[in-house]
Amino acid sequence: MSRRGRSGASAAIPDAVVGLRTDAEQWLRWALLALYAGFLYAFVLAPMVQVAWRSLLDGEGGFVALANYLRYFRTPAIAASITNSLVVSSAAMVVTVVLAFVYAYALTRVRLPGRGAFRLLAMLPIFAPSLVQGIAFVYVFGNNGVFTRLTGVNIGVYGAKGIVMAEVFYCFPHAMLILVAALSAADARLYDAAATLGASRLRTFRTVTLPSVRYGVMSACFVVFTLVITDFGIPKVIGGKYSVMATEIYNQVIGQQNFTMGATVSVVLLVPALLAFLVDRLVQRRQYALVTSAARPLVPGGGGAARWALLVYCTAVAAAVVGIYAVIVTSSLVARWPYDFSPTLRHYTFDTIGGYTPLLNSVEVAALTAVAGTLITFGGAYLVERCRSPFNGALYMLSILPVSIPGMVLGLAYIFTFNAPDSPLNRLYGTLAILVVSNVVHYFTVPFLTATTALKQMDPEFESVGASMGVRFYRTVWRVTVPIALPAIVGIGMYFFLNAMVTLSAVVFLVAPGTELAAVAVLLLDDAGETAQATAMSVLIILIGLGVRTAHAVALRGVTRRTQAWRTGPSGPPARG
Amino acid sequence: MRRTWILLLSAIVLAAGPALARDTVVIYTALEPEQITDYMKAVRRSLPNLDVKMLRLSTGDISARFMAEKDNMQADLIWGVGATNMLVFKNAGLLEPYAPKGFERVQPLFRDAANPPAWVGIDIYMSAFCFNTEVAKRKNLPRPTSWADLTKPVYKNEVVMPNPNSSGTGYLSVASILQRMKEPEGWAYLDALDKNMAEYTKSGSKPCKDAAAGERAIGVSFEYVAMKMKKDGAPLEMIMPAEGSGYEMEANGLTRKGKDSAAAKQFLDWAISDEAMALYAKYFAAVSVPGFPVPEGLPKDVSKVVYPNDFDWSARNRERILAEWQKRYQK
Amino acid sequence: MADPRPPAVALEGIAKKFGPVVALRDVSLTVAEGEFACFLGPSGCGKTTLLRIVAGLERQNAGVVRLAGRDVSRLPPGERSYGIVFQSYALFPNLTVARNVAYGLEARRAARARVAARVDELLDLVHLRAHRDRYPAQLSGGEQQRVALARALAPSPTLLLLDEPLSARDARVRVALRHEIKTLQRRLGLTTIMVTHDQEEALTMADRIVVMHDGAVEQIGTPQEIYDAPSSLFVARFVGHMNFLPATSLGPGESRVADLRLRHRPVAPDAGGAVTLAIRPEDVVLGPAAREAANRGPARVAALQFLGGYTRVTLELAGVPGRPIDCDVAAGALPEAGVKEGGEVVAALPPDRLRAYPGAPPAR
Repeated sequence: MSRRGRSGASAAIPDAVVGLRTDAEQWLRWALLALYAGFLYAFVLAPMVQVAWRSLLDGEGGFVALANYLRYFRTPAIAASITNSLVVSSAAMVVTVVLAFVYAYALTRVRLPGRGAFRLLAMLPIFAPSLVQGIAFVYVFGNNGVFTRLTGVNIGVYGAKGIVMAEVFYCFPHAMLILVAALSAADARLYDAAATLGASRLRTFRTVTLPSVRYGVMSACFVVFTLVITDFGIPKVIGGKYSVMATEIYNQVIGQQNFTMGATVSVVLLVPALLAFLVDRLVQRRQYALVTSAARPLVPGGGGAARWALLVYCTAVAAAVVGIYAVIVTSSLVARWPYDFSPTLRHYTFDTIGGYTPLLNSVEVAALTAVAGTLITFGGAYLVERCRSPFNGALYMLSILPVSIPGMVLGLAYIFTFNAPDSPLNRLYGTLAILVVSNVVHYFTVPFLTATTALKQMDPEFESVGASMGVRFYRTVWRVTVPIALPAIVGIGMYFFLNAMVTLSAVVFLVAPGTELAAVAVLLLDDAGETAQATAMSVLIILIGLGVRTAHAVALRGVTRRTQAWRTGPSGPPARG
Repeated sequence: MRRTWILLLSAIVLAAGPALARDTVVIYTALEPEQITDYMKAVRRSLPNLDVKMLRLSTGDISARFMAEKDNMQADLIWGVGATNMLVFKNAGLLEPYAPKGFERVQPLFRDAANPPAWVGIDIYMSAFCFNTEVAKRKNLPRPTSWADLTKPVYKNEVVMPNPNSSGTGYLSVASILQRMKEPEGWAYLDALDKNMAEYTKSGSKPCKDAAAGERAIGVSFEYVAMKMKKDGAPLEMIMPAEGSGYEMEANGLTRKGKDSAAAKQFLDWAISDEAMALYAKYFAAVSVPGFPVPEGLPKDVSKVVYPNDFDWSARNRERILAEWQKRYQK
Repeated sequence: MADPRPPAVALEGIAKKFGPVVALRDVSLTVAEGEFACFLGPSGCGKTTLLRIVAGLERQNAGVVRLAGRDVSRLPPGERSYGIVFQSYALFPNLTVARNVAYGLEARRAARARVAARVDELLDLVHLRAHRDRYPAQLSGGEQQRVALARALAPSPTLLLLDEPLSARDARVRVALRHEIKTLQRRLGLTTIMVTHDQEEALTMADRIVVMHDGAVEQIGTPQEIYDAPSSLFVARFVGHMNFLPATSLGPGESRVADLRLRHRPVAPDAGGAVTLAIRPEDVVLGPAAREAANRGPARVAALQFLGGYTRVTLELAGVPGRPIDCDVAAGALPEAGVKEGGEVVAALPPDRLRAYPGAPPAR
C-alpha cells in the first residue's frame, strides 16, 4: 500500500489549532463566556464548595476531616433515612413517569377534544406552593379528610404512601412537560414505515414510539427523582414517622442549628442526585438528532377505542387535580375547615402579615427572576452550545448541577457565601436581588436543558451562514436564533415566574426585612395556625400564576402570528418531502 | 445582549445599596404575626424616631438564620425568641450582655442570671394538650387529664407531639418530662408514650393544628395555639396536664452587632416596659413582670400549672438528649 | 499552471485532528480561478472538514489557506469573501425568501434600495422572483436550494463553496439541479468547490476532481484523467465501475491470472508479488475482435443484463472461478459478438487498458 504522506503523520500534527485572528467579535464571545462562567462560579460552585467545606468542620470551625460523615453513617436511624429517600424517590419516579407518559401520549398522539384545557389542568400543581398541596392532600385523604369521611376508607396518608402520592401530584407537570416535548418530536415517516410493514399498534408502540422517546423518558425520570429526593415540603407535612434525607437536613439546620451536620447530610444528598445526573448524561450521549431536517411531523391520529380510553384517563387525572385545587379554594373561603363551612372572606384580609405587600414583592421577584433567568439560561445555553471553548464541558456540568441542590442547602450556602464579611458580593445579601439570583439558580437546570434542546433542534449551520457573510453572531442570534426559539424562550420565562412565585425552601433563608414574599407568608401563616389564611394566600398566588399564564398565552398567540408565521405555511407544497 | 447584562448588573448593584438611616434597627423575632401587628402600633407611637426593620420567621427558622449569619450579623436585637435558643446564642457568644431599663422588675426566674444579663424574658407559654372532642366522641375516647393518661393503650396512634430534633416546643416537652421524672424513669415514660405516638411532627404548632383539623385526637403542643384554634371554631379542648406543664419562655437580647446601637437599646428598653408587658399580657398565660391580668381561658396562677424548667440544664444536655431520643424513637 | 495570477484557492500542508482522531493529513492542492473543483470521497474521508477549513468554520492544526494569493489562515470566516451552501441549506425558516437572500447584504449596511435591487437580481437569476415573500417551508426542496444559492451569491463572493448540496434529493431533482448549478457557475465564471460523495456527480460537474481517502488526497485530475487513469486501487474502485482480478506479478508489465499470462500497463512491483489487475467493462473486447487480440482467453457467459444502450455481459474467465468480470457491449454489437447466456466466447483484455496495482483486490 502506498498512500502518500500517511505514515506517522498523526504524530507530526500539532495539538494546537491555527488560531483565528482575534477580532472584536471573538473578544465579545469570550467576554460573555467569562461572564457566564463567573456567574456559575459565584452562584453555583463557590456556594457548594462552602457547603462541602463546612461538612469537614466541627461546630467551632475546627477541621475534623470526615468525622461528621462517620458520625452520620454510624447513626442507624439517620442512615435509614437514606434508604427511605431512595425508596420514595424511586417509587414516585416510576409512578409519575408512567402516569405522565400516558397523559402526554394522549395529548400529543391522539386527537383528543379539549387538549388545551387538559394541558393547563395538568399544569396546575406547579401554580401553588407544595406546602399547601400537602395540606390539601391531608384535607382529602387524611384521617379526617373528605374522601376518608365519605368512603370510610382511610388510605393512610401519613408515611411513605402519602409522600409518594403527594410527590406524584407535585411532579406530574414537570414530567408531563418533558414527555410532551419528547412525544411531539416524532417522525411520521417511521410510523408510515411501520404501518406499511403491517406492524400491529402495540408493536409500533414498542418498536417506534418507545425508542424515539427514550431520552425524554430518561430525562423525566431524572427530573422527578431529583425533585423528590431534594424536596422537604411534602415529607414535612405528611411524612408522619417516615424520615427522609431532606427532612433530616431540616432537623439539623432548623431544629438544632447544626450547620456542619446539615452540610454533611447535604453533601450525602448530592450523591444520589449526581448519580442520577450521570446516568442521564450517559443515556443522552447515545441519542442525538432525533428529528432530522427530513423528518415529517406526525399528525395526531383518530384511534377508536384507545381514544375513548385515553379520554377517560385524562379526565380522571384532570379531575383529581381539579379536586385538590377545589379543596384549597374552598378551605380558604369557609370559616373553619372541616368543622364550620359558613362562607367568609375574612381569610383574605392578611392583616397580620402586612396585607398584600408580600404578594407584590413576590410578583416583583418572580418577574425579575423570569427576565434574568431567561436571559442567563438561554444566553448560557447558547454560549455553551455554540461558542467553542475548552471549558464548555465544565460549564455544561455546572449548568446542570443546580437541580441536585436542595433549596434549603442552596439558601444556607448563600448565607455562608454572601454574608461573609470579606465577600465582594455581600452587598447582595438582604436584597431582592439575592432572592432573584437564588431563584434563578434553584430553577436553572430545566430551563437550561430546554434552551439547549431548542438550540440543538436548530440547524447548527445558521451561525456558519452568518459568519460566512461577515454577519456578527449576535445579529444572527437576534434575527434568527431568538425568533425561532421564541416559544421555548417564553416557556422558560413562564417556568421561572411560576416557580419563583411558589418557592420556599431557598428563599426562607434569604428574605430580609422589607423583602417578605408571599410563599414565605404562606409558611408563616401555616406555622402560626392560620391555615385558612395560608390557603387564601396560596389561592391568590395561583390566581396570579393563572393570570400571567393567560396573558402569556394571549401574548404568545399575537407573537406567534407575527413571528412564527413560517411554522404553518398557508400555501405551497409541504417542506422537505 | 451586552447592554442587557450591564442593565442587569447595575440593577443588582442599585438594589444592593440601601442607605442606612441613623435610627434604623434590625430586629429578628419569632413572635406571632398577629401579635406583632398589635405591638408595632405601640412601637410607632412610643418610639417615633425608630425605623424598625423586622424579620419574622418561626423559632427554628429565625434561629438558624441568626446562627448562620454570625460572621456578618444582620440583626441588632432579638425579640421574643425561645429561651432555649437564647441560651444557645449566648453560649456561642452571639449576644451582648445588656441590662435594659427597668430589668430589675423582671422576676429572676425569667432572666439570665448574669448581670448585665445576656437575655431577658418577656412571656412564657406552656405545653398543653389539644383534645379534639368531635374525634373523641366518634372514636369513643376518654378525655386525658395527665401525661400518664397519654400512655394508655386506648390512645394508640391518636397522639402527636413535635419532634424535639426539629422543634423547640418538642424539646421543651421532652426536657420537662426528663427533669420531672429524672432520667431512667423519664425515658421509660417516653418509651411508653412512643407506642401511642402516631407521628412526631416537624413544627411545634402542628400537633395542635392536626387535632384541630380532626386528623388526630390529641396533639401535644402549647397553650397559645390551642386557644387560637378553639377561638377559630375547632372542636378543641385545651388540657393542662395534671403533673404540670412544661413551659418555654420567650426572651429578648442585644446581639453583638447591636452592641453600640442606641436605637437597639431603646427598643429593648421599651420591650420590657409596662406598656409592652400590658400588650404581651393580652396573649400569654404569664409575662415576666408580675401584676398583669391573664387572658380569658388560661389558668390564673401559672405557677400552679407549670413544672419549673431548668433552662441551663435543658441547654447543657440538649445534644445528649437529642441523640438518645433519636436512637430510641427515630425510625 | 503557467498563469501568472495566483490560484483562487491554494491549500498548503493542511492537517486536522479532532482529539486523537486524524481527519486530514498534509493536504496540498490548488484550484484555479473560475474552476469548478470537486472534493470527492466516501463519508469520513475528510472532504467536508477540508471545505470548512477553507471557509474558516473549522480551524486546521497545521497548514496554510490562501485565497487569491492572500494568506487567510487566521482570518475569521466573514473576511474570506466566499459564499457557502450547506447540505441542509440552513435557510432561516423565520425569514422570507427575500430576507434570506438579503441577509448578508443588510449586515453590510448597504442602502435599502440597493439591497432590494440586488435581491431581485439574484431571485431572477435562480428564477424565484415570484416566491420572494414566501417562507422556506413553503418551497420545494429544489427551490430551497436555489434560495440558498442566491443567498450565498448575494454579497458577490469570489468563491462559492457547496457542501453536498445535492444529497438527500430524489434522483430526478438531482440531475436537474446539477445542470442548473453548473450552468450558473459557468455563467458567473465563479471559482467553485463542491464536496460530494457521489462520483457520478463529480464526473459530470467538475472541471477537476480531488479524490480523497482517509484524510489524504488520493488523486487530483480532470474527470477524464480520474476515470481513465485512476492512480490507485482506491480511486479505481471508487470512481466508475471496474473489474478486478487477483494476479501474481511476473515482471513490470506482465502478470499471471490463473493460467493466463497477461500483459498490462507497467508497474514496478517485485516479481512474484500479489497485484490486482483492473479494467473497465467497456474496455473488455468480445467475439471476433478478440480472436486475434493480445491477452485473450476463453470465457463462459454467466449472465446477460440488458441496459438499454448497451448490454452488460458477465463472464467467467476460464481458470478464474468466482471472479466474474463484467463487459459492456454496445446494443448494436451484441449479435456480432455471438454472445448468449451459458455460451462460450473469447474475451480479450487490451494491454493498454489493463492496469495493475500492487496488493490484493478489494473484497467484493
